[in-house]
Amino acid sequence: MFAQAIEDILKDRCTPAVVRAIEAGGSPAALWQAVEGAGFLELLVPEDAGGAGLPLADLFPILSSFGRYTVPVPVAQTIVARALLGSRFAMPGGMITLAAALQREASGAIVCSLTPYGRVADFVLARDGDALWLLPAAAARREATGVHSSLAATLRWPDESAVTHVSGAGPLLPSFAAALHAALLSGAMNRVFEMTLQYCNDRVQFGKTLGKFQAVQHQLSVMAEHVAAASMAAEAAFHTDAAAPSLLAAAMAKSRTSEAAALVASIAHALHGAIGITEEYDLQLLTRRLHEWRMAHGSEAHWNAWIGNKVLASNATIADFVRSV
Amino acid sequence: MNNLLSAFRLATLPARTNPFRAEVKAFLQSSLAPAPADIRARSWMGFNAGFSKKLAARGWVGVTLPAQYGGANLDAFSRFVLVEELLAAGAPVSAHWIADRQSGPLILKFGTEAQRQFYLPRICRAEAFFCIGMSEPNAGSDLASVGARATRCEGGWRLNGRKIWTTNAQHCHYMIALVRSSGEPQDRQKGLSQFIVDLSLPGVAVRPIHDLAGDAHFSEVFFDDVLLADDALVGAEGSGWAQVNAELAFERSGPERIYSSIVLLEHWITCLRSRSEASAHAATIGRLATHLATLRNMSIAVTAKLVNGESPLVEAALVKDIGTEFEQSIPAVIEAAIALDPDAPVDAELYRAVAYVSQIAPTYSLRGGTREILRGMIARGLGLR
Repeated sequence: MFAQAIEDILKDRCTPAVVRAIEAGGSPAALWQAVEGAGFLELLVPEDAGGAGLPLADLFPILSSFGRYTVPVPVAQTIVARALLGSRFAMPGGMITLAAALQREASGAIVCSLTPYGRVADFVLARDGDALWLLPAAAARREATGVHSSLAATLRWPDESAVTHVSGAGPLLPSFAAALHAALLSGAMNRVFEMTLQYCNDRVQFGKTLGKFQAVQHQLSVMAEHVAAASMAAEAAFHTDAAAPSLLAAAMAKSRTSEAAALVASIAHALHGAIGITEEYDLQLLTRRLHEWRMAHGSEAHWNAWIGNKVLASNATIADFVRSV
Repeated sequence: MNNLLSAFRLATLPARTNPFRAEVKAFLQSSLAPAPADIRARSWMGFNAGFSKKLAARGWVGVTLPAQYGGANLDAFSRFVLVEELLAAGAPVSAHWIADRQSGPLILKFGTEAQRQFYLPRICRAEAFFCIGMSEPNAGSDLASVGARATRCEGGWRLNGRKIWTTNAQHCHYMIALVRSSGEPQDRQKGLSQFIVDLSLPGVAVRPIHDLAGDAHFSEVFFDDVLLADDALVGAEGSGWAQVNAELAFERSGPERIYSSIVLLEHWITCLRSRSEASAHAATIGRLATHLATLRNMSIAVTAKLVNGESPLVEAALVKDIGTEFEQSIPAVIEAAIALDPDAPVDAELYRAVAYVSQIAPTYSLRGGTREILRGMIARGLGLR
């Protein structure tokens, strides 16, 4: 119900032209107002606190659609941040993104490097052990990554004076961040697959469409397999009655989607040919994100090692271990 | 979303399968004799009629068949749990496997009442073991070009020709063979029929084929004027192709296609737990655990479709293709990991297990349809063919 309503709004308000304009430095205000005005930000807030009280399983298709439409504002992160901060917190207005890292420098400066949506966010929510830190972006120096069109940025605060400390929910941030990026990756990969399948049905060479060549069919089949697997892993992280994804399920979701992202982007570009890497063709909006999101909040290399150490530390058989996820 | 991809939504095993799983685990604990990893790794190549009879006595052969024929009348979710536990333990299930998975359901679906009453209770008692007569020397992936032929004769059919790569033909009582019963080879899928061939009949000769791992699990079967009674025909004459495809859907849709290397993986992890260098392999283990958990969810999604009465042919082909790729990757990465340090001692049992699985792993993407055939099916499901 929510998912369809949100999809309709994104289709109308988050067009590829809007995405390009915001990436080029245009104001995200109109898009953000549309998102906020539709009540998206309170999806996880309990009903008795004025939110939608959505179960995580129902949030999954919504987060996927943010990936599918390459939404250039941190709406997924803000939904999660509002849930983590809790309904009693004096919630600031505006966009809240989730920090992928938090470092204290010797000078006392606070650095959140390579923060997704760091160029546009109003606040950054970071984890400091068991606590959360809410940091206003206005008090930070924003350092763009220098990557063309990327919305990520490193934010640097001269000291801790701007931090609002919130106790408790710190450990939930990594699992939410990994799971939400898995959902974004899943949505984007499904769209990349559809675009590639459509292109292969339209493009004619040697007198027939690309999709009639067996070599092309097999590449599309492999792509379908990995998109299906990645989506399954992402959805599994949201299959819980708890208030947050389990870290193990989120780790597997981020690992599986990140691994698939590189392969899916590679096959999509191979089958599209040169048109795929042009600015004007929409595939680049998606595949640039596949690579960026693969690296955000830990790649498969990071999570695989973490998961493997859990397996080694457990006494369960590998079959029983995976059933317990 | 694409229709094929949208079929892969999360499904879960119902809670009622939990006590059943506990029963299966307890049975295996008491009834499965300990064996080294390289023997357990053979699992669904491992022929052990005694174990199959013990399993049958517990009521777990022919698990999906109706009670009136001696079956356990369990649904596909319960079969999933049973298969998962048997394979994870490396139980030797090969003797009854084909009958349980496909021959029994095939006879139930297409057989006459007399055939059901004769064969199904024997299957459930593990007294009738079946093999599959599909491939021939000149009909592998191109199954429609089978050349074995049944011709009408007084009182039944006369069968000539040969089958190859038939798993366990030398130990089985019956083969369900796909043969030509009318027309010519150029008629392709038309004119094919399935017959239940009693392998003790005069004119049947079985030659075991030794494989690279020192086993002889498959064989070549010769038919020289074998006289079959009228009631050897299963289903309608000329409907063999459609029946075989229904049978292959049973064959491809189970969890078998993700657990073929599980005993090896388990034994490697067990060996590593006591070693100081274990964490060097954590990322490899984590990747395999992630893939296994995901494939298992995909397989459960296919099982849920079976339970709903659907025939998820393309979904099953998709899971089988990506599942066998995973199964084949396990011995490859373990070989590399074991020999990471040439000075480190290697567990002898692990060494034998990885060698066996590496040698036999090419069959994972041959049996039940090759990679190329499956990818063609997926492409058809995507509307490309």
